[in-house]
Amino acid sequence: MARMNMIQAINSALDITMGRDPNVLVFGEDVGYFGGVFRCTAGLQKKYGKTRCFDTPISEGGLLGAAVGMGVYGLRPVAEIQFADYIYPAFDQLVSELARLRHRSAGEFTAPVTVRSPCGGGIFGGQTHSQSPEGVFTHVCGLKTVMPSNPFDAKGLLIAAIEDDDPVVFFEPKRIYNGPFDGHHDKPLQPWATHPMGEVPDDYYSIPLGKANVVREGKDCTILAYGTMVHVALAGTEEAHVDAEVIDLRTLLPLDIDTIVQSVQKTGRCLILHEATKTSGFGAELMSLVQEHCFWHLEAPIVRVTGWDTPYPHAFEWHYFPGPKRLVKALQTLMEN
Amino acid sequence: MSETTPARLRLHIPEPKSRPGETPDFSDIRVPDAGILNRPPVDTPDEHMQDFAFGLIRVLDENHRAVGDWNPRLSADTLRAGLRYMLLTRVFDDAMQRCQRQGKTSFYMKCTGEEAVAVAQAMAHDNDDMFFPSYRQQGLLVARDWPLVDLMCQIFNNPRDRTRGRQLPVLYSARDANFFSISGNLGTQYPQAVGWAMASAYKHDSRIAAAWVGDGTTAEADFHHALTFATVYQAPVILNVVNNQWAISSYQGIAGGEQSTFASRALGYGLPGLRVDGNDFLAVYAATLWAAERARTNAGPTLIEHFTYRAAAHSTSDDPSGYRPADEEKSWPLGDPIERLKNHLIAIGEWSEEQHEALGVELRAKVKADLKEAESFGTLGTLPDEPRSMFDDVFKDLPWHLVEQRDEMEKL
Repeated sequence: MARMNMIQAINSALDITMGRDPNVLVFGEDVGYFGGVFRCTAGLQKKYGKTRCFDTPISEGGLLGAAVGMGVYGLRPVAEIQFADYIYPAFDQLVSELARLRHRSAGEFTAPVTVRSPCGGGIFGGQTHSQSPEGVFTHVCGLKTVMPSNPFDAKGLLIAAIEDDDPVVFFEPKRIYNGPFDGHHDKPLQPWATHPMGEVPDDYYSIPLGKANVVREGKDCTILAYGTMVHVALAGTEEAHVDAEVIDLRTLLPLDIDTIVQSVQKTGRCLILHEATKTSGFGAELMSLVQEHCFWHLEAPIVRVTGWDTPYPHAFEWHYFPGPKRLVKALQTLMEN
Repeated sequence: MSETTPARLRLHIPEPKSRPGETPDFSDIRVPDAGILNRPPVDTPDEHMQDFAFGLIRVLDENHRAVGDWNPRLSADTLRAGLRYMLLTRVFDDAMQRCQRQGKTSFYMKCTGEEAVAVAQAMAHDNDDMFFPSYRQQGLLVARDWPLVDLMCQIFNNPRDRTRGRQLPVLYSARDANFFSISGNLGTQYPQAVGWAMASAYKHDSRIAAAWVGDGTTAEADFHHALTFATVYQAPVILNVVNNQWAISSYQGIAGGEQSTFASRALGYGLPGLRVDGNDFLAVYAATLWAAERARTNAGPTLIEHFTYRAAAHSTSDDPSGYRPADEEKSWPLGDPIERLKNHLIAIGEWSEEQHEALGVELRAKVKADLKEAESFGTLGTLPDEPRSMFDDVFKDLPWHLVEQRDEMEKL
């Protein structure tokens, strides 16, 4: 066991998969010599050579299009989009090509591409370095969507994503790269080194895609969260003095519906927490599924706590970010109903 | 037929000539003499424009004289104004970088070493021409006499920030200076500039547009969209590529500069490409005048590659010592734009070291005074407005769901 932050855990996952499979290539903007603007690919070019880990032109559509072609040849590309906010120029390659290749060729052609991308706010990144676009991708048929909440999961899920024969979009909440940020921006950040989920095996392991994790058992209500919001959920639960069951979804698609249904049927109340904007967000899908599967068990309307439906405002970061204060209030409403 | 083993393919990955710990090596950069290229008529057919895409338009020679056909023959007053704007841009940059270090802003981006590009171009354009900049053309606003206090207030996101705290520092918007809102995304403004120019042509206006991207951004599809639309509609636009050698940690070879020049991209699209010494104020000015005249006379668009060097870090979040030799900028073969114009003015008897020093003192005092004024309205941490203002301008009129969310936020 080693102590790793999320950057080191991701680096370890890449290192291990590159070591095990010469078909794994890692590339993206500033990814090669420099090792990535967040250092997730540090040392990989030196260790595996510049044809295994390299810089690409600033061309998100180009680099994901090339990833599709490499995947079709038989490689297992891991492409980095430097910020999730910059994924849109690659949208056509992701949505029209990568996602549908297996289906349109009836399985003749596939591309097992993993797209890694830092997402989310809380770092004063303004509207172009803060977005959480995961719901855009869960809406696309043929893409798996993953978002880890801690170093242990990040490594295991990334290894599973790379080994998966279908394309996976792997979002990394950059606010928790260095510690489990719980929304209290005015308090010091706990480093991963002192957190149980910062204990990460050096060796190979994987966490299956499509399996949620119950991070806190409880009987009053169920909180569905992922990424940074898992830590906000845990903090808010304590502060609201509510015995909530907190589920870290880990994989958004395919979704672990069984774990969700089991929990909500037990608690009878459900709150959905995400950083992304509300309207047509992934919370809307979760709400529908809970309603479809648990209607007769629900004792109160399902509640969503999300980012406001505005672009991410640079100067109003903490008025925008759905932190513990909003969660506590929403939990109280949920429990009073 | 003889049996031969087929050649084994190998994957090529471009590499810069020197890395940290190594001696800077610019030996592959050919610096042609100043003044050797002729200045062709602006309606020269594109097939006769090849030399300009592969050569380097230079006016200032090694004796600090302005030579050749491209010499724009500017008055000493204009040259001194250019020197002043460039130096003011540099002093402003240094002051704002210090503010970031002091925690007064979260972020800043300098343009050190590239001042000639924005300043000479702003001066060569008409003031009502429309600019679609990237994030490193603050010199455009400086040379259009836009108040520095206004820029500082945006950088501080204080109540005088005209972007109302919504944008990262340096992503300015200055409609009254005909300066388009800067996007954080790369290259998106390039086809937009073409569209603006098409609209100006449609309206039989006389204003032209100009846009800027870096060498790295030429890889984005938007660059190619812009060139296609510019040539198809012969839009009155100047498309600038500021080749400052580095896109964060990626040298210009990663953007495709290893095999050809960025100016030569234009040729395949059927428009002229001018490759210009970007640290030569006079050459940048002259090339811009040429392209502007071409655009204004319905002769078509132009691509200009400004060959320069990003002497500073990409931003305050970047540390270049991780990917290029320390002090690489000191070996840059095209020198420093401010030094070169200063030396030219001295060489023609229109400037002196004493005057230059006095100018530096004056500009530092000006920036200090401006900074004091801007800081009086607040720095990082001073909210620019009521938080409810974040809901404004998502739409012209606020739909019910945003009213509801705004109310919810205010009741917290």
